[in-house]
Amino acid sequence: MSTLAPSELAGLAADTVVDARGAACPGPLLDAKRAMATIPVGAVVELWSTDPVTKVDVEAWSTKVGHAYLGAAEADGYDRVFVRRGR
Amino acid sequence: MTTPLSLVLFSGTEDKLHAAATLAAGAAAMGRPVNVLLQYWALDAFRADRIGSGGRLAFEADPEAPADHAALPWVETLRMAKELGDVQIRACAGSLDYLGLDVSELDPLVDSAGGIAAFFADAEDGPITFI
Repeated sequence: MSTLAPSELAGLAADTVVDARGAACPGPLLDAKRAMATIPVGAVVELWSTDPVTKVDVEAWSTKVGHAYLGAAEADGYDRVFVRRGR
Repeated sequence: MTTPLSLVLFSGTEDKLHAAATLAAGAAAMGRPVNVLLQYWALDAFRADRIGSGGRLAFEADPEAPADHAALPWVETLRMAKELGDVQIRACAGSLDYLGLDVSELDPLVDSAGGIAAFFADAEDGPITFI
């Protein structure tokens, strides 16, 4: 699944935002998985993380378990990582 | 069917328990069943009256190494792993006997006491990692 362009990500309205800033691996990934259970299929989680590996990890996880990794946008000192629930 | 992640936890040092909890949580998040057997000093670390109260590091640990304050404590990582995935934690019956413990004296993270055959049955001929 190809990711969205930065301009598309910037305009994306997530259904839920998870602030995992300050947490180290695997904290942000576990927070993303927990959040996914709270939203319907097709909805989007926006995960905030200061851990630079989170976006790589979340992409691998999404691909493995059937969600759509939409991409990551850099914010002020952290990444905004977007995933659409796939199943 | 996904091959389970099978871990034998022997060491009760904080660093190795942390590393094991991270592996378990990652596998659980990826949808892999996790099959854990607690033996000896790892089992001792799951005693309800001392779990999470801190402890020693492995002998090879560098005491000057900076603590990782961003990391969740291993106990919390394991709780999240169990909440989010299929994680089975079994206390080795032989180690319980050696330590003079009953499974009721362990933290609720531990699902049951079990023998080695039950652990191998759950491992489904997959690899087993000893930590």
